[in-house]
Amino acid sequence: MGVKRLTLAASAAFFAMTSAAFANKPTDGGYWLQDAATPVMVELTKLHNFVFWIITAITLFVMVLMGYIMFRFSEKRNPVPSKTTHNTLIEVIWTVVPIIILLVMVVPSMKLLYMQDALPETEMTIKVTGNTWNWEYAYPDLEDQVEAFISNPLEKDDAGDLYLLKTDAALVVPVDTKIKVLVTSSNNLHSFAVPAFGVKMDAVPGRINETWFEVLPGKEGTYYGQCSELCGVNHYKMPIEVEVVSKDEFKRWVANGGSFRKVAALGGTATAAQE
Amino acid sequence: MVAIPEGKVGGYGAHDDDDDKPGFFARWFYSTNHKDIGTLYLIFGIISGLIGGYLSFMMRMELAEPGIQFFDTGHQYNVFASMHGLIMIFFMVMPAVIGGFGNWFVPIMIGAPDMAFPRMNNLSFWLLPVALICLLISFAVPGSASGNGFGGGWVMYPPLSTSGAPGPAFDFIIIGLLAAGFSSIFGAINFITTILNMRAPGMTMHKMPLFAWSVLVTAFLLLLALPVLAASLFMLFTDRIDGGTGFFDPAMGGDPEMFQHLFWFFGHPEVYIMILPAFGIVSHVVSTFSKKPIFGYLGMAYAMVAIGVVGFVVWAHHMYTVGMDVDLKAYFLAATLVIAVPTGVKIFSWLATMWGGSIRFTIPMQWALAFIFLFVVGGVTGVMLANAGVDVALHDTYYVVAHFHYVLSMGAVFGIFCGFYYWFGKMSGYLYNKWLAAAHFWLFFIGVNVIFFPQHFLGLNGMPRRYIDYPEEFELWNQVSSFGAYITLAGVFFFFAMLVEAFIRRRPASENYWGEGATTLEWTLPSPPPFHIFNTLPRIEDTDDGH
Ligand code: HEM
Ligand SMILES: [Cu+2]
Ligand SMILES: [Cu+2]
Repeated sequence: MGVKRLTLAASAAFFAMTSAAFANKPTDGGYWLQDAATPVMVELTKLHNFVFWIITAITLFVMVLMGYIMFRFSEKRNPVPSKTTHNTLIEVIWTVVPIIILLVMVVPSMKLLYMQDALPETEMTIKVTGNTWNWEYAYPDLEDQVEAFISNPLEKDDAGDLYLLKTDAALVVPVDTKIKVLVTSSNNLHSFAVPAFGVKMDAVPGRINETWFEVLPGKEGTYYGQCSELCGVNHYKMPIEVEVVSKDEFKRWVANGGSFRKVAALGGTATAAQE
Repeated sequence: MVAIPEGKVGGYGAHDDDDDKPGFFARWFYSTNHKDIGTLYLIFGIISGLIGGYLSFMMRMELAEPGIQFFDTGHQYNVFASMHGLIMIFFMVMPAVIGGFGNWFVPIMIGAPDMAFPRMNNLSFWLLPVALICLLISFAVPGSASGNGFGGGWVMYPPLSTSGAPGPAFDFIIIGLLAAGFSSIFGAINFITTILNMRAPGMTMHKMPLFAWSVLVTAFLLLLALPVLAASLFMLFTDRIDGGTGFFDPAMGGDPEMFQHLFWFFGHPEVYIMILPAFGIVSHVVSTFSKKPIFGYLGMAYAMVAIGVVGFVVWAHHMYTVGMDVDLKAYFLAATLVIAVPTGVKIFSWLATMWGGSIRFTIPMQWALAFIFLFVVGGVTGVMLANAGVDVALHDTYYVVAHFHYVLSMGAVFGIFCGFYYWFGKMSGYLYNKWLAAAHFWLFFIGVNVIFFPQHFLGLNGMPRRYIDYPEEFELWNQVSSFGAYITLAGVFFFFAMLVEAFIRRRPASENYWGEGATTLEWTLPSPPPFHIFNTLPRIEDTDDGH
């Protein structure tokens, strides 16, 4: 066990070094979306930024208007209140203008929604199963070569700066490939989320959900996500680590029986009791 | 609208039994008087607010830096978060705003002597302490193998609330929430009956003050939504029994997602249940201190009706990531955006009410102005979240925590404090100290913004909610957020200092201490109003001042 841990830590350190440049995870004191690594996330970021400007403009408009009203119509400046309680024109305007703004917003919003959801012809499938409290990854198309494996969180000593992000076995996928993700759970709810991919899909027992991603060329690297649906005591501690490699490297990984390194093979822990 | 009471104000004569108050025990425990029950609700809300606030403060302390400091396990943190959510919603906001202000002022505003069913009113209130005690017991009894208490979130999704929480802790929550639910349903029936049948002569629906309108719409939402919650809780209950049902258990042909649909069919109207009465209160305060009748009265009333109706058909925007059909998501996206329109009507009507007014920046007006602004901030992030595509990035992150605290912790709570300061003199008969009240307002206003604004950043950058510990990249904004909790806590101290000071000093409040702008019926009664009111019904003059 000790030796295995050591090799794990060593290989983890090695991969951290080689892929550090591309590592995608939350940024220190970050205040915006993580950098996009997939077309969906690119579009999602665009829509977010578009809506962000609209809502910021609305908020500022209300703020300025309120400020002006508070200044101009204070008791001191305007001792005698008017008695106006109606103005049909203005009432129509403040009903119609928001409708127009919403219509402008709803078009790109629907486009993004259908892009995310309409699964294109995918080239490869992975299956993700949420357990309490780790993830299990399987490659149904490559069943003969790659065994399903469990990805456990690393403790603070092993993970260092990447505590609560780093695992002992990353999900490995090729770059520039449309990948279908099947998500399910063996007991509680979980949610498989990789922020840089624009992917978040609940893992629900008794049901297989589908989503997809395609990492853009040149975006090889290690990406991190965290379980995003409350699943019990260790909800905070079942990180998701995805290693995106070149197509060639992925082929080698598959040929090698699913390893550049040792990974914990599927064991009895997969169906560990819920509690 | 102007109320012209017949004869003397409210019709009190020497023979009236306004001083005929029952003894202490009978008065407060057997109470059937709407004002006393309202007071009980408010006190209850304050106590629950302290409990819920304590839980949230502990969570913020824990989250102030990475690592696990104060709690034993993630389970304990989850228990705190779940109970904080449930207590704040069911035992703080709802009792204060509906039971408290609703009971106090709906009968008065419509010129009714009391609620339609005074004894049921008593039952409505006394179910609540029982319910709260059930929730508190739940803390101390086994929940799951991970410890005492229930940690499945205020949304109580199975399997965490069925096979994931085999202990009695969750059973106590079910019983408590059923009791609270029945309390609300009885209250709703009472309000609907009172408002529809007991309005004073001349008080037509279209003259009725907006607060009464808001409580009417809220009561219908309660009546339609809470039975669904009760049913789903009951289904959880039978699912939890060994050899029981399997509504939500896939192994028995059930579906855990069905619970989410049922829950949010209740849950989304629930958020309007919390915010609509605050809308009503803010309308009165804005109108009073602008010395102008409310702008677009009918639009305001029917905007609330529209929000209430549309609020029932948007529930699945809380479930964009459960794996729903894409066309269904498209529908919920569109329907959700529709709500922004009547909400916008409300915001702009408040601004138009102030426009041309003669604005006095009293304490309640400050809370009202802050409410409007903060509700806009919380509202626009709601528009962001409505976009199903973007929600994939934001769902279950701190962005959502920030969003709903802006509408609840700043929307609903600011509405409550707004009403509290507006009516404090009316209810207690005493005037509060302006400086203590101002300190409360400013510390609270700054505090909650410092707590919750940075949480947008955390959410955008990917920090999931319901986490006891987090990667170190999230430290900065969590620190800032926890610092805000200290500021808010200081504000809470000033609130209590204000209360204590007012009851020690006992500066008497006059009948209409706000003067010119305050036109609803409560301002025609003494402060505090006598035990029995409107022995002779007021008659509402036929003017169209109100709209
Ligand atoms: C200013 C005081 C408040 C603070 C500091 C505060 C803080 C918090 C914190 C730290 C959480 C847990 C977040 C997480 O781990 O995901 C939370 C959750 C929550 N809060 Fe508050 N909160 C406050 C006021 C309120 C109010 C007034 C309400 C309701 C009216 C409210 C409703 C909720 C709900 C519904 C949840 C979600 C619980 C869950 O995840 O199941 N909070 N709050
Ligand atoms: Cu989880
Ligand atoms: Cu909702």
